[in-house]
Amino acid sequence: MEPITIVRSKVAPLDRADVDTDQIIPKQFLKRVERTGFGEFLFFDWKNEDFYILDRPEYEGARILVAGRNFGCGSSREHAPWAIQDYGFDVVIAPSFADIFRTNCTKIGMLPVVLPDEDVRTIIQEAIDQPGTEMTVDLEECAVAFPDGRTVEFHIEDSVRDRLLNGWDDIGLTMLKEAEIGAYEAGRERQGPVTTVLL
Amino acid sequence: MGKTLFRKVWDLHEVVPEGPEGPAILYIDLHLVHEVTSPQAFDGLRMAGRAVRRPDRTLATVDHNVPTVGRERGIEDELSRLQVEALERNAREFGIPLFSLTSPRQGIVHVIGPELGFTQPGMTIVCGDSHTSTHGAFGALAFGIGTSEVEHVLATQTLPQGMPRTMRINFEGDLPRGVVAKDLILGAIGQMGVSGAQGHVVEYAGSAIRGLTMEGRMTVCNMSIEGGARAGMVAPDDTTFAYVEGRMAAPDDFAASVERWRELPSDPDATFDREMDVDVPSLAPQVTWGTTPGMVAPITGRVPTPEQYEDPTDQEAVRRSLEYMGLQGGEAMEDIAIDTVFLGSCTNGRIEDLRAAAEVVQGHSVKDGIRAMVVPGSMAVKAQAEEEGLDEVFRTAGFEWRDAGCSMCLGMNPDILEPGERCASTSNRNFEGRQGKGGRTHLVSPAMAAAAAITGHLVDVRTFDAALAGA
Ligand code: SF4
Repeated sequence: MEPITIVRSKVAPLDRADVDTDQIIPKQFLKRVERTGFGEFLFFDWKNEDFYILDRPEYEGARILVAGRNFGCGSSREHAPWAIQDYGFDVVIAPSFADIFRTNCTKIGMLPVVLPDEDVRTIIQEAIDQPGTEMTVDLEECAVAFPDGRTVEFHIEDSVRDRLLNGWDDIGLTMLKEAEIGAYEAGRERQGPVTTVLL
Repeated sequence: MGKTLFRKVWDLHEVVPEGPEGPAILYIDLHLVHEVTSPQAFDGLRMAGRAVRRPDRTLATVDHNVPTVGRERGIEDELSRLQVEALERNAREFGIPLFSLTSPRQGIVHVIGPELGFTQPGMTIVCGDSHTSTHGAFGALAFGIGTSEVEHVLATQTLPQGMPRTMRINFEGDLPRGVVAKDLILGAIGQMGVSGAQGHVVEYAGSAIRGLTMEGRMTVCNMSIEGGARAGMVAPDDTTFAYVEGRMAAPDDFAASVERWRELPSDPDATFDREMDVDVPSLAPQVTWGTTPGMVAPITGRVPTPEQYEDPTDQEAVRRSLEYMGLQGGEAMEDIAIDTVFLGSCTNGRIEDLRAAAEVVQGHSVKDGIRAMVVPGSMAVKAQAEEEGLDEVFRTAGFEWRDAGCSMCLGMNPDILEPGERCASTSNRNFEGRQGKGGRTHLVSPAMAAAAAITGHLVDVRTFDAALAGA
């Protein structure tokens, strides 16, 4: 995956709480067997709604998405972060994320940033009132710089940060532990059901 | 200090403990695979020249996308067909057992795992599907993963995992008449909110949980994700062991396995990061009125109005939900007329669910103008129901009787709601558009869904007979 270090860009606001993955990418688009091309269907069912403004020209090129609490709840579909990334976002800021969604983001090189409620409110308001205002998200420093110069720090696990900063492939990292996995398997080989009896 | 059930299962599966280098790496005992979240993972393996490490710990089925009528004709929808064919190809290439469209064992992934005996206490189980938490009913650590993680497990049979927090939800007291597992979990989600258990693995405990059958426990664990939980678990006990015994994949050394499984329940002095109590005797059958599973009320109650909420974010969310649902706020739940009934899904598509619904339906018919369908969770459930004559009860009453799959739970196959249609559904999500664009979903238990089909509106299953007589 592509490394992420510092993202400076416009911010696109989605002023909704509990945005679920069924909204992010409706199921009719889950039938593709490819990993790309989901961006054009992002928030497909919301395209004509008044509150849905992030496709306005003022937000074109935004790489930072900001939304309400519990973002990405519901289905585990990784198609949701794929669609957000494919649309052009590298960072999603929210007061909280659903667990699976958050993990999925970090696996594909997209940065989920959790900020306090009030800060998220401020960013959303700013992005709506002054479309095109830029912000900086700095993963090296774990800090978000607001347009007024104020900075707020955010937390992310060190190992996840390292992986995102370097664009490391998780599977490759785990495969370095082959000896441990092999030893573990040898110790428990006879436990648990075996599916291949069905073949 | 004592250990929780969760921690015991976790510790048994640590290949590499958490350290400065990163999170723990957990071994995965069983990986369930379906057609929608796997094609890109298999592609990834091929591109990197990697094999599936343990095909013998991997099991695939088709469920999300498949038609529930006219299977012999194949799949008409081209994209759905391609997805099923891709899984067939991948299973063959990588040596993974697969129940495809016409297999008598085909079914929803979370129904077939337990029913064949693959789901056992103390295991780690993952699947590219958020309702994998269902398997936690056996005292397994089971959770949903994304496609990158599916690829990770295929390649390494392990997953790096950060340590979740723990929470116990205590359901003490006797279940009131008409209140079932679905109402327990909907009530709990209503109490804690849809992100109430975020970051936690939940253990469901208390006398009401102990008294549930395995299928009831599966219903409870199934909806853990609707409360935001990473996973849900129930301590294994004699009910669990009796369920597993004799199933196809049950261990050969069954007695010895039970001895090991008896060690799993949380120690009496184990502590949890959080605890919550649900007052079971005060519960009534639950129905959702909004567009998240936390927007739920007793059937005896009324739809709330935005003004009843303090937080402005909540007010706005409620306002929007009511608008989407076509409700004013303030109406009695029982006055809400429906036009569709869906009985099925991994939450409530098992044989006991069908029995409970059939018992209500017996001797009645579906109200004119209502479309009602039963979609068994697996072909084995379907066969069992037919053996018991339940299909006759449903058909005679005017229900459609379908083949197994996810069907209208998410409407990826042709079974969908039209815009504005209102459905009493035994599934688990009432999100906007979940069952079809513009469709309106009210989540209920199987018996409540059956009663709604007969009366044509949401109705209290405890009194619907009287309501019918008075009508
Ligand atoms: S029945 Fe519904 S919730 Fe269950 S696996 Fe299928 S789509 Fe998901």
